[in-house]
Amino acid sequence: MSDTLLSLEGVAKSFGGVRALNDVSFGVARGQILGLIGPNGSGKTTSFNVLTGLYRPNGGRVTFDGAEITGASPQAVYRAGIARTFQRSRLCLELSIFDNIMVGNHGRLNQGLIHNLFRRKALKAEVDAAYAEAMALATLFSPNLGDAMFEPVGALPMIERRRIEICRALIAQPKLLLLDEPSAGMTHDETHQLMSDILSVRERIGGLSIIIIEHEMGVIERVCDRCVVLNYGEKIAEGSYQEVAADRMVQEAYLGSA
Amino acid sequence: MTQALLRVPAFAVAAVTIGLGLIFAIVFMEQESDVAVISLIAVAAVAAWAGTRAGVADRVSLAAVERPGGVALLVAAGMLVLIGVFVEDHFPLLMLATVMIYGTVALGLNIQFGYTGVVNFAGAAFFGIGAYTSAKVVGSGLPPILSLPLGAIFAALIGLLLVIPVVRTRGHYAAVVTIAFSVLFKTFLEVNDTLGGPQGLSVGAMKLFGWDFGDSPNLFGIEASFYLNYALTALAMLSLVFIVVRRLERSWLGLSLDAVRLDETGAACYGIGIRRSKIFAFVLGNAIIGLAGALYGTMQGYVAPTSFTFSDSLILVAIVLLGGMGSPWGTILAAAIVVILPEKLQAIQEYRFLLFSVLVIAILLFRPAGLLPRGVRHYFPPRAKGAEP
Repeated sequence: MSDTLLSLEGVAKSFGGVRALNDVSFGVARGQILGLIGPNGSGKTTSFNVLTGLYRPNGGRVTFDGAEITGASPQAVYRAGIARTFQRSRLCLELSIFDNIMVGNHGRLNQGLIHNLFRRKALKAEVDAAYAEAMALATLFSPNLGDAMFEPVGALPMIERRRIEICRALIAQPKLLLLDEPSAGMTHDETHQLMSDILSVRERIGGLSIIIIEHEMGVIERVCDRCVVLNYGEKIAEGSYQEVAADRMVQEAYLGSA
Repeated sequence: MTQALLRVPAFAVAAVTIGLGLIFAIVFMEQESDVAVISLIAVAAVAAWAGTRAGVADRVSLAAVERPGGVALLVAAGMLVLIGVFVEDHFPLLMLATVMIYGTVALGLNIQFGYTGVVNFAGAAFFGIGAYTSAKVVGSGLPPILSLPLGAIFAALIGLLLVIPVVRTRGHYAAVVTIAFSVLFKTFLEVNDTLGGPQGLSVGAMKLFGWDFGDSPNLFGIEASFYLNYALTALAMLSLVFIVVRRLERSWLGLSLDAVRLDETGAACYGIGIRRSKIFAFVLGNAIIGLAGALYGTMQGYVAPTSFTFSDSLILVAIVLLGGMGSPWGTILAAAIVVILPEKLQAIQEYRFLLFSVLVIAILLFRPAGLLPRGVRHYFPPRAKGAEP
């Protein structure tokens, strides 16, 4: 088995006349954390949407864990082992914390009609086991979450919601986690705390690869093994944080040409 | 008051509340004059308001979370007592049976748009499919009891015609498709001779193991109304459907349906089949509606296109909105209000559509979660307070 977990080769996506992604290629190795950076509108979230099957690419290939997933449905991508969070939180606000985490666990829960309606004892054992697992995961992030497992998510502050979203992505034990701007809407300290939590959880799980989209360069510098920089839908640089930060094209993309 | 209330076990509070509700229902159904009926409605409204303020409502919902089966049994027993009180009278029994049949229908609709967000403005059409199936089944000499499962199956199958447009469109467009079906259905009935055209068809009585539901049962020397048969069957049907809906809600399947309603994109990214969930909800809901329709047909003794119009579909939607989206208890309470109110208040009968419109608008404005809002899902009753699933 190769060391590359995910690779994009020449991926293109356009909306009408707008080329959101143009011949983008990059890869993630097993166990690596890759930062995906670039100015607004450079195609970062579009890459995630193409990867997770929400958008169909116009060209190129996406391979994950040895199998091609170009144009696969979001459900198939999830089953292959990719879980994501969203830039704008997509939690179900009226559902409880437990319910929201269990949405992420969909693939591991028995969805059979007979099981759910008539084998209530077996279902109860399954619920109890899933509850223990969700509880263990949630309390790693914050003890408050454990106390409020059956409270609606809508009543919680932003940082707790972000934590739940990450628990929801992690509960299914994905091979690759896609984080779309985890710092959005949070203070600097909260972001720092959240990233520490993610890193410590990752250490326990082991072998989890991450792609993170982030505007706060402090976060990128701290957590990423490697960075890919996008601008106007094209890859303009790749390398360690220090390398890309020193790149002239990257500086121009962020600050404008001198 | 509130402090003292917290010392009383929640289940006892629920039992007393249900008992008071039962007494109210008996007194209410015996009233003839509009003045008395309106006064009683005012009393109920004030009692509901005061009960909520004093924390009774919270204790009752806690009891429903901690001992859902016990509360359901109490309500079913209350319903039996109510049926027993009016055992000799045609009209109250007919009304009670109608409440339970409409309650069943609204539970079916609840699966569709309360849980899954699949709008269905053709509830009365699927109800009609069940009723017409019963007319044909009883008329053909098949065992009449077969009309119940066949009504459910036909409603589900004909609903499949709509599956593609309903599943592939969202929101308003799906609503328009079902409205069109609802209007077409009535027109189709009116021009179809084998279904009796505008006059409709007469339906023979339900028979079960040689027992004719059209006969008046003799209970210990009391000659009961023949509607007793239907009221008891409706209670059994409602209980069964209620159990299925509650179990569905409190399972992984119910969670998936909720996820589809609240965020299709998010649900898809976590592996939930959007189309699958919608088709499942639509078909199951229609089957339940058809089942109720079949019992309704045999109880009424005739079926005609005018009973299954678009307006009737709107009334069914109003029941779900009034009771609270996704709240089975609310649905049943709302069915009782919507069915009984116009029957008891002769003065408003002609204005009932107007009245319900105002009621629905008021609910959406002031209490959007409905009369009995749905709580957070507990898959199983918690053992220690708030600590277990």
